[in-house]
Amino acid sequence: MAKAEPAVAALQSMERAELLDMYRQMYLIRRFEERSAEQYAYGKIGGFLHLYIGEEAVAVGAIKALGPKDHLVTHYRDHGYALAIGADPGAIMAELFGKATGTTKGRGGSMHLTHVERNFWGGYAIVAGHIPMATGLGLALQYQEIDGVAMCIFGDGSTNAGAFHEALNMAAVWKVPVIFLCENNLYAMGTAWEYVSAVQQMSTKATAYNIPSEIVDGQDVLAMYEATQRAVEHCKAGNGPYFIEAMTYRFRGHSMADPETYRDKEEIEKRRSDDPLILFSQKLLEAEIVQQPDLDAIHEEIEKIVEQAIEFADNSPVPDPSTIFDHVYANGVRETGNGKREE
Amino acid sequence: MQRQAEEAAQRGTVEGDREITYRDALREAIVEEMERDENVFLIGEDIGAYGGSYVVTRGFQETYGRKRVIDAPIAELGIVGAAVGAAMGGLRPIVELMTINFSLLAIDQIVNHAAKIHHMFGGQFSAPIVIRTASGWGQLGATHSQTFEGWFAHIPGLRVVMPSTPRDAKGFLKQALRGNDPVMFIEHSLIYRNRGIIPDGDFTLPLEGAEVRREGTDITIASWSRGMFLALGAAEELAEQGINAEVIDMRVLRPLDIETVVQSVQKTNRLVIVEESWRTMGLGAEIAAAVQEQGFDYLDAPIGRVGSIEVPMPYAKNLERLIIPGKDEVVTAVKEALR
Repeated sequence: MAKAEPAVAALQSMERAELLDMYRQMYLIRRFEERSAEQYAYGKIGGFLHLYIGEEAVAVGAIKALGPKDHLVTHYRDHGYALAIGADPGAIMAELFGKATGTTKGRGGSMHLTHVERNFWGGYAIVAGHIPMATGLGLALQYQEIDGVAMCIFGDGSTNAGAFHEALNMAAVWKVPVIFLCENNLYAMGTAWEYVSAVQQMSTKATAYNIPSEIVDGQDVLAMYEATQRAVEHCKAGNGPYFIEAMTYRFRGHSMADPETYRDKEEIEKRRSDDPLILFSQKLLEAEIVQQPDLDAIHEEIEKIVEQAIEFADNSPVPDPSTIFDHVYANGVRETGNGKREE
Repeated sequence: MQRQAEEAAQRGTVEGDREITYRDALREAIVEEMERDENVFLIGEDIGAYGGSYVVTRGFQETYGRKRVIDAPIAELGIVGAAVGAAMGGLRPIVELMTINFSLLAIDQIVNHAAKIHHMFGGQFSAPIVIRTASGWGQLGATHSQTFEGWFAHIPGLRVVMPSTPRDAKGFLKQALRGNDPVMFIEHSLIYRNRGIIPDGDFTLPLEGAEVRREGTDITIASWSRGMFLALGAAEELAEQGINAEVIDMRVLRPLDIETVVQSVQKTNRLVIVEESWRTMGLGAEIAAAVQEQGFDYLDAPIGRVGSIEVPMPYAKNLERLIIPGKDEVVTAVKEALR
């Protein structure tokens, strides 16, 4: 595995508009998540809410390197990916509110967002369960000779599960175009990595399957973009899978129910100085690519978008109870239990 | 050949029908669908060079190559998960899980993913995988002699079929590959060599509905897969004693066709359910509950259930024979219900 060089090339070569757009996406995720937490406190969002705050650079940098033919599956901390790949913030918020206008009509909720137009086949909530699916998506691309990659997002905790190892082994044997992107935020829910993983860097595990890997600063959006571009290039050249380990940190608890008894405030405060938004905006300002008013304008624009998303979710209807048996089967049958069914 | 022709004539078959084995019916279905749709591919353990544990896929890798007949690692969770992903990516995987015992290793992918994806994402896409697997026993010990169709039939979002005849096997398998739902297609190691009549040419059968295999007036015996043959055998023996049993092949275990059973019970007023698995929390319990809900007034006796003795399967042949129900247990249960 290799350690990536700090991303400076991207800053020099990218268009100003592209860079601003990346910042816009990161800020959208940040504010969407902060407002979601607030809506959760109001009781408008139920169940689990896993916030992406602190990890924005990983999703935005990685997704920017994907094209229209590429596939994506993620873990359940999926709001950032849904937003970065272009799902409508209003539809996502409506889904969190359990409304009929949500991304999955109120069926999936926070952990199962999707955006079919861009082959984002969902967030999945069984840790490591979706990793073999990414291998299968890669197999489909290879089988149909489509010039694309399948990207799989998962956390450091899932690399200790059997599904991870089965999926990596098969992907390597079949040489399918899959990017395994591990977000290493140091904690498997509330358990620090050293208690559950035999190795400190999860990319070491990819080495066992002969999959090339690199460790990237996941707080640096440009480093993430460049690493993912290298991964896409590797996969599309027919070299098989690629593994990226993004070192990152979650600023909030695992979910809204997290008591945060497993890490101290000092550590969190220290890591907050690695805020990916501040790091990126400082870089843009220092390079005189943008001025503070440009960023202020983005902040204002995003504030409105998120406010509108909440309004849309608030004003949307809940799913009609008459649709309760919809979407259980794709073909024909509406099963209503006890062997009763209707066409 | 003469004997087969005579048997076929007795069954009232029409010109163009053929008699083939259950195994060959499966082979025909797979080949025809692979020819029809180039996205259909096979994945499983030892299905290529080895030819499949029950020899269903012998020679297929030579014909279709390693791309379409994939010898997978012994990793059921990974295999089914990859198949789910491949299906979402536009392919039509037929997964072979060597025996249903090993489906337990893949149950997260089957229950939490394949069965849920269409619903969880609001009907926008689905994971149309077909999992072929085999139930059965034969001095294989505790971990290789189980049958879990009831576990899968418990799950909304899955279709579960357990065909007993070559016609159903071929028609169901072809239909499963044309629909968009995940299908658990459960075979039985002891009926692969059974012969039966199937129509010539391309045909499919809808994945629903029970069928009356033998008409009768005195009692209804409902079963599926190999159990159906026990029921038929018992019915023949009972006929000699003047008891006229109706035999229903459930065929499809989700969605379950209770209506056909209730209609039969309306006529016979008595029901015995035959299953190879343990009765506790089993499919027989569900069928009995649903029948009494919908046909309580037609029943003249408690519903009988025949199942395995509830112990892990021992190796010793004599113990195994005690545990798996046979024709005699069905006859006894019928007489009990008629008492």
